[in-house]
Amino acid sequence: MKTTDQTDHKRRDFLKTGVAASAVTLAPGIVMHTAEAAPRDKAVDSSVRWGMLVDTFKCASGCDSCVQACNEENGLEAYSMPEGADPEKWDQQRPKWMRNVTLKDNLSGRISNLPLMCQHCENPPCADVCPTGASFRRADGIVMVDRHTCIGCRYCMMACPYKARSFIHENVDIKPELAPRGKGCVESCNFCVHRLDDGETSTACQDACPENAIIFGDLNDPNSEVSKALAEYPSVQIRADLRLNTGVRYSGI
Amino acid sequence: MKKIFYKEWDIASQTYWMILAVLAVISAVAGFAVLHMEHSGHWVTGMSNQIVWGTPHVFAVFLIVAASGALNVASIASVFNKKAYKPLAPLSALLAVALLIGGLLILVLDLGRPERLMVAMTTYNFKSIFAWNILLYNGFIAIVAFYLWTILDRKMNRFYKAAGVAAFVWRLILTTGTGSIFGFLVARQGYDAAILAPWFIIMSFGFGLAIYMLVLSDFFRLSDRPLGDSVMFRLKNLLGVFVAASLLLTLMYHMTNLYGTENHAFEAFILRDGGIYTALFWIGEILIGGLLPLAIVFHPSLGKSRSWIYAAAIMVIIGGIATIYVIIIGGQAFPMAMFPGKTVIASGFYDGINGLASTYSPSLAEALLGIGGGVRMLKILPMSMADEVADPHSAS
Ligand code: SF4
Ligand code: SF4
Repeated sequence: MKTTDQTDHKRRDFLKTGVAASAVTLAPGIVMHTAEAAPRDKAVDSSVRWGMLVDTFKCASGCDSCVQACNEENGLEAYSMPEGADPEKWDQQRPKWMRNVTLKDNLSGRISNLPLMCQHCENPPCADVCPTGASFRRADGIVMVDRHTCIGCRYCMMACPYKARSFIHENVDIKPELAPRGKGCVESCNFCVHRLDDGETSTACQDACPENAIIFGDLNDPNSEVSKALAEYPSVQIRADLRLNTGVRYSGI
Repeated sequence: MKKIFYKEWDIASQTYWMILAVLAVISAVAGFAVLHMEHSGHWVTGMSNQIVWGTPHVFAVFLIVAASGALNVASIASVFNKKAYKPLAPLSALLAVALLIGGLLILVLDLGRPERLMVAMTTYNFKSIFAWNILLYNGFIAIVAFYLWTILDRKMNRFYKAAGVAAFVWRLILTTGTGSIFGFLVARQGYDAAILAPWFIIMSFGFGLAIYMLVLSDFFRLSDRPLGDSVMFRLKNLLGVFVAASLLLTLMYHMTNLYGTENHAFEAFILRDGGIYTALFWIGEILIGGLLPLAIVFHPSLGKSRSWIYAAAIMVIIGGIATIYVIIIGGQAFPMAMFPGKTVIASGFYDGINGLASTYSPSLAEALLGIGGGVRMLKILPMSMADEVADPHSAS
């Protein structure tokens, strides 16, 4: 019997490479952080916590560039409606990692737009409930699904307060290389982990946003753009009452 | 003390094979439904990324909850030392195991990757109540099997009491565990209630006993063996008590929800505006599953009629399935409150636009899968009943 916890064991298993910490201890008590992403031959550790700030003041109504970019980057276009399916039902079954939501304030009537996706909780309910430990949180804050141990029970989808996850209801036409996946498993936004593991530091949605409403970066690094923005503007967590300490924050809602 | 004789189920062999054949045909149809579902993917079901758990889960949870309740009669005999119930205990234990297996089968077949069952059995995340449930279910089958052995084998009789107590305690934990699967989903308003676990326990008492009563009277009728009135009357009184307690907890659940302002919208949805869920709540859960059977079993003349008692038991089962449906599907259909003080007016992923609930209509494939699980359990029964069955007359 094997137990799993929410560290980066799995990734180590995948990589089967030597483990080198990206935080170097120079002398007792003095640690040098490397702010950039760890390349693939290093195990992720908690010196970095990836996070995002969405400025809803900038997010433009009617724009869905980020969602398009996400779909393309992560191969969500590879899912097409199965023959004989009911289009209306299919629309509820197709996977979405990211969606646009438009809100209207009940008192003032003010309209705001925002993209909603996995909030990369520090205490992720999805990982807590997953019976096999397939849902896990990497040391660098990214919550993702191990598609080799996910049994497709969908308990994580029941537990996620943001409805951030999708179950793959159909056979997949092509197998995209960036994100291997298949029917019967659950998936969700992983902060474009393939990019980060290659040493890049941006997500597809951030790059695509014409208004620069999405700022992505290392929350542990006080000099990162996202940390500075968070220090400067007021921001909130969606459903802060659940105390999940989300990695995605919003300002202007 | 009179001796109890457990006799074979001496039903005419034609009838026996007929029953088996009918059940086999139904499970074959259900089998094809499963193959179809697993081959094409879950898009052939009514389930979606909005309503994640559907009809299969309703049936599965109902059967699992009922399983622990089916053990009532055996527990009364062993734990509470009521001699009159002892001859009825083996059927009770057998039924409990059969119901549980039926429910689990549905859950497994509904998985996205059922072929990875071994992963679920060998890789545990001990933080997950789901993983604990897998252990609880396996343990339940083992303990009840041992318990059955202590009843039926004279040499093992000295462990009878201990095994009975163990099974009783285990099944209380098991139902608590099943209830907690939902209790842990704090983000969904319908499930975030401490009362869910005791409510599930009380429901299990009623559902399990109702199924037990039906099976008991059918088996005795089919084998032309007389079933004493006194037995049935005792059981129906017990059923009445469980149904009443269940109603009370339903009331408490909704009252506590109404007490907290943040749950008012959810309560209005279930009790007033929820369409199908509101109908299932009032007509299914409250009327058919509660008030009607209660009135029947305690009615001075209807309560003495065997066919009315039979009807009451069926009503409890129908009402029970409706209850679980409202809990599981209704709880998901109601949009999650993500933005207090704001209304979602557009979304690329539903999200309860203008407070609208998610839609769900079960497809034939998933309904068949659910029913197939129930039939599976019935198939186990006659085959085992051919060996051992209780004869209440020897005890009265
Ligand atoms: S947002 Fe949902 S899927 Fe993402 S980490 Fe939190 S609970 Fe898990
Ligand atoms: S669907 Fe997969 S990732 Fe989600 S809880 Fe089940 S096994 Fe874990």
